[in-house]
Amino acid sequence: MTGPLTPRNVAVAALVAFLILLPIYAHAVGNLFLLSLFTRIVILAMAAVSLNLIMGFGGMVSFGHAAYVGIGGYVVGILAHEGVPSGFVQWPLALLLSALFALGIGALSLRTRGVYFIMITLAFAQMIYYVAVALDRYGGDDGLTIYRRSQFAALLDLSNKTFFYYLCLAFLLATVYVVWRIVNSRFGLVIQGARSNDRRMHAIGFATFRYKLACFVVSGTICGLAGVLEANRTDFISPAMMHWTRSGDLIVMAVLGGMGSVFGPVLGAIALLVLEEALPFLIGAAGHVVTGRDLVAAREYWQLILGPMLLLIVLYARGGIDGLLASLRRA
Amino acid sequence: MLLFLEQFLNGLQLGLLLFLLAAGLTLVFGIMDLVNLAHGSLYMLGAYFAATFTGVTGSFLGGVVLALAATLLTGMAIEVVAMRRLYGRDHLDHVLGTFGLILFFNELVRLIWGPAGMNLTLPPWLNTAVQILPGVHYSMYRLSIIIVALAVAALLYLVIMRTRVGMLIRAGASNREMIGALGINIKLLYTFVFGVGAALAGLAGLMQAAILTAQIGMGENILILAFVVIIIGGIGSIRGAFVASIFVGLIDTIGRAFLPDLLKAVLSPAAASTVAPALSSMLIYLIMAVVLVVRPAGLFPATGR
Repeated sequence: MTGPLTPRNVAVAALVAFLILLPIYAHAVGNLFLLSLFTRIVILAMAAVSLNLIMGFGGMVSFGHAAYVGIGGYVVGILAHEGVPSGFVQWPLALLLSALFALGIGALSLRTRGVYFIMITLAFAQMIYYVAVALDRYGGDDGLTIYRRSQFAALLDLSNKTFFYYLCLAFLLATVYVVWRIVNSRFGLVIQGARSNDRRMHAIGFATFRYKLACFVVSGTICGLAGVLEANRTDFISPAMMHWTRSGDLIVMAVLGGMGSVFGPVLGAIALLVLEEALPFLIGAAGHVVTGRDLVAAREYWQLILGPMLLLIVLYARGGIDGLLASLRRA
Repeated sequence: MLLFLEQFLNGLQLGLLLFLLAAGLTLVFGIMDLVNLAHGSLYMLGAYFAATFTGVTGSFLGGVVLALAATLLTGMAIEVVAMRRLYGRDHLDHVLGTFGLILFFNELVRLIWGPAGMNLTLPPWLNTAVQILPGVHYSMYRLSIIIVALAVAALLYLVIMRTRVGMLIRAGASNREMIGALGINIKLLYTFVFGVGAALAGLAGLMQAAILTAQIGMGENILILAFVVIIIGGIGSIRGAFVASIFVGLIDTIGRAFLPDLLKAVLSPAAASTVAPALSSMLIYLIMAVVLVVRPAGLFPATGR
């Protein structure tokens, strides 16, 4: 082991400190949009960290993880709509249901591998998406507004934005910790062994299917929790939560941040979502420098830059941001 | 019975459109081992090119020919600039890189053609109904889609099975390294195959655009269907793609048309009207899941040819 003060550890510590101090800054400058943006980032980072558990460490590329986010969200939304606002009912039920779905989908999908696995997880997510679209009672395609956030008697007040942010952050840090513990446990080593050589792990006596399935369920459940938080953040659920491009976004976050580390996807989530917000302004500013006029119209075309950027990252920066931080040490 | 015949033809037409898309996808997948999510963007580009060129030339057929040539060239350009660098990489890299390309092309189309869709107007000789059986009329245009797509499928079959290029393509699908080692210009072959796949996708897109409209993101949903097709058919197998696309097209169309009535016989009307749309959209994914569980490599695995 090298000393604790590697550039990577310093960056992670700085980032955690930044996330903890953010609401104070947001209130000080009166920029509540920042708080809302980062609440979203923190929630999606949680989903990305849990996806990375199976993708980065288990080699199972799930292209349908937004489905679990959607399931978590829909349980909250549907129960709220049916007059059950209590979080004590909503949250456990949401987690249970995401776990059950992950169990069923995982048990079938894990019979395949490679591209077939990518596509079958996508197919299951599409099925769940179309079920949500067909739920006329709960808004169908248009979605459903949640009038009361999950109620926890007098214990927690989720409508307090700052409190809600810290709650999400606490869940994110807990997720990172749990995933880190899993990865470094005997269970996690079996999963990583199965990623490198499934047949060999099997030959030396591990029932790899069961290990992978358990891992898949853990990951799906955490995504379900992210969905519960997301529904409470937006006070709204709709099938768009589980559109296949949302699953793609989660993969992008994990890869952008670096799949080799537990904390990487958090970096990826921050990078992607901040980029989404910042690119339009950067385009405007660049246009101002080049042409002397503020090219407001050009701002909306930020995906024109993001798309090729993803391609370049895939081609030339495989380790993601985390990989760059790690290589700073060697330089 | 008449309704069934019409729905059967609609299903056949959807299936054949899917085949045009899936053929390119499965060739690229089988030969270059590349997962190309951006295949749907080529479908979209074909539609926009056709709408533009028919406007410029004033002739439907002229516009179609130009649009096909333009998609072919765009496909080849994409292969040379981007795809070539992705060969031999992890499938995750393909998914991510081509996901980036989708974002890029959607924005590019919005930049060039604007956010509103574009209509592709049919010439009068296509925009009529034709009598297919005594007393039974069917859209001339839909019928011509079926004929064109069947002709393309037959041509594709002949090229792949009876020509030297086709032999190389088949050889590439079974063993990529070997045909490179035998001195075949594999780079050129790859660019050619990708371009042809792009043109086929473009053809599907422009044919669909005359029924619906050319829209941003139009390629994405049908792309997922095309993936379902090649997974059911077995990756790399043209024959599998053909059988599976007809199958998926028919199941999807007929399911949507008849499932509501079928369910009403078993369930209460209220329950049936809730369940039917969900079930009919899910049907093909359900079938794909069953196929994958029973035969994890699809119905017609390419290696067994």
